[in-house]
Amino acid sequence: MDIFLQQLINGLTAGSVYAVVALGYTMVYGIIQLINFAHGEVVMIGAMVAFSVIMALAGAQPGLPPVVIVLAGVAAAVPVCMAVGYLLERLAYRPLRHAPRLAPLITAIGMSIVLQHLALLIWSRDPIAFPQIIPLQVFEIGGAAITGVQIAIMLVSVVMMAGLSAMIYRTRLGAAMRATAENPHVASLMGVDIDRVIAVTFLIGAALAAVAGVMVGTYYGIAHYTMGATLGLKAFSAAVLGGIGNMAGAMLGGLLLGVVEALGAGYVGELTDLCHASFLSDALVERCARDGHLILFGSNYQDVFAFLVLILVLVFRPSGLLGERVADRA
Amino acid sequence: MNVNLLEAKNLKVSYGGINAVKGIDLEVKEGELVALIGANGAGKTTTLKALCGLLHPSGGQIHYRGESILHTPPHRLVGQGLALVPEGRGIFGRLTVEENLAMGAYSRDDAAAIRTDLERVYHLFPRLAERRRQSGGTLSGGEQQMLAIGRAVMSRPKLLLLDEPSMGLAPLMVQKIFETVLAVAKEGVTLLLVEQNAKLALEISHRGYVMESGLVTLADEAKALLNNPQVRKAYLGE
Ligand SMILES: Nc1ncnc2c1ncn2[C@@H]1O[C@H](COP(=O)(O)OP(=O)(O)OP(=O)(O)O)[C@@H](O)[C@H]1O
Ligand SMILES: [Mg+2]
Repeated sequence: MDIFLQQLINGLTAGSVYAVVALGYTMVYGIIQLINFAHGEVVMIGAMVAFSVIMALAGAQPGLPPVVIVLAGVAAAVPVCMAVGYLLERLAYRPLRHAPRLAPLITAIGMSIVLQHLALLIWSRDPIAFPQIIPLQVFEIGGAAITGVQIAIMLVSVVMMAGLSAMIYRTRLGAAMRATAENPHVASLMGVDIDRVIAVTFLIGAALAAVAGVMVGTYYGIAHYTMGATLGLKAFSAAVLGGIGNMAGAMLGGLLLGVVEALGAGYVGELTDLCHASFLSDALVERCARDGHLILFGSNYQDVFAFLVLILVLVFRPSGLLGERVADRA
Repeated sequence: MNVNLLEAKNLKVSYGGINAVKGIDLEVKEGELVALIGANGAGKTTTLKALCGLLHPSGGQIHYRGESILHTPPHRLVGQGLALVPEGRGIFGRLTVEENLAMGAYSRDDAAAIRTDLERVYHLFPRLAERRRQSGGTLSGGEQQMLAIGRAVMSRPKLLLLDEPSMGLAPLMVQKIFETVLAVAKEGVTLLLVEQNAKLALEISHRGYVMESGLVTLADEAKALLNNPQVRKAYLGE
């Protein structure tokens, strides 16, 4: 098996999900300069709602094709997440739009805690396992394996990102969103209802989050009320990596983060195998002769790689890979 | 010609505790070109922002076409024909020239007429036509001002408020901008023009207002203001 290719495939799968979630962070930031820390919880709610529906359907109608069951889950998750996203903006962030920036930021963190505990109340502490309805389909490419679910995740992500880009760069609403991101006052002078554009931005981000939630849940086979925290943090890092506020940056950052993380997980064991340096001590030689390996860091250190790359990029390019240099903005 | 298109009475605007506009009366009749001049910090920009809804007045009345617009948000006023070319132009630097112009027509839905107007703007400013696919941020200051005026024209305004269109431009470009302002006026657009270049502004205007620290100190025919010794001394550099 080709580890490199395999980890590349795994990384691109996870990365597509990060990219879709990162878009939600970056779009909101681009328009109101708010880091919506509750966005990860919207993803979690999407997964929980979809899994409840999928569980119920798989139990009641075992004959239904798995695609129909999953799509029903998505169809339930999208409107619920959109409602949550809309309410977040309307009730929590809009009243603070002219407050100092720290106030909405702290509110966002608060909302993320509120949503997490709301999910705890509704779905309890127990994780929901994805029912075994999708037959495992494995395809071989160049010595690596790719599953049907992985292909579906990548395809859906690409389609959603292409659709979003077309919306932003080809439609009147998209132009209004870009204009508002640049200068809301002038946009309003053109006839753009700023409140509406901001609400629409949250709705779009939440719809993407819902689908991302279903994808990530299906991929790992589990949904849990805390899953939004890590996922949200990684997607937010991806947005920062690409340059927060920049849509192409969020997509690039997401994919890159996924790939780095997967490659890191694939190679960290071998790279930190002390037996490569067994000449250092006789005890090591003995140990390695017996076990073959003495691995310092296992693949559970994969998160370290993702954040290491983030830190490195930010040291050399503080505004992210595709972000404008800060001086240009001032 | 004698209908008041815009009428502000005892208009007051403050920023927190600072009173920037302290109760001014101002009117613009249909078809007029009115100049509003005054030193830096007199409150001209603040007045225009209040008139188009970007700032909420702390007191007074504003009537546009006979109706109070005190509580009308700016994005609705454009649709009613009241447009502002803001100080510093407010070009969307990341949108193309053509997208900027399209944003000007955002409040309209008559696609065919919008296309005709676009060609008219390009005819008025051939330079913009050459650069239609370029992003707004790459234009020179003068070109950006042309774009800002062209964009406002795209909304088919009845009343256009212009905030220092000649600011920071070379003399030749100032000339060109003033010619454009006159051309727009000739098409039947009523204009309220804020300018540092008091002489040029008064020369093309019917009437003028002079503002000083938040108050209107003089209001008269433009010709009379041009001959007013006080104005000549303070604003025409004599
Ligand atoms: N956002 C703001 N916050 C506080 N004070 C402000 C603000 N904007 C303007 N001011 C103050 O209000 C007063 C009027 O400003 P305004 O911009 O209306 O003047 P202006 O006549 O347009 O000047 P200029 O010719 O320099 O453009 C000034 O004293 C200014 O410092
Ligand atoms: Mg000003």
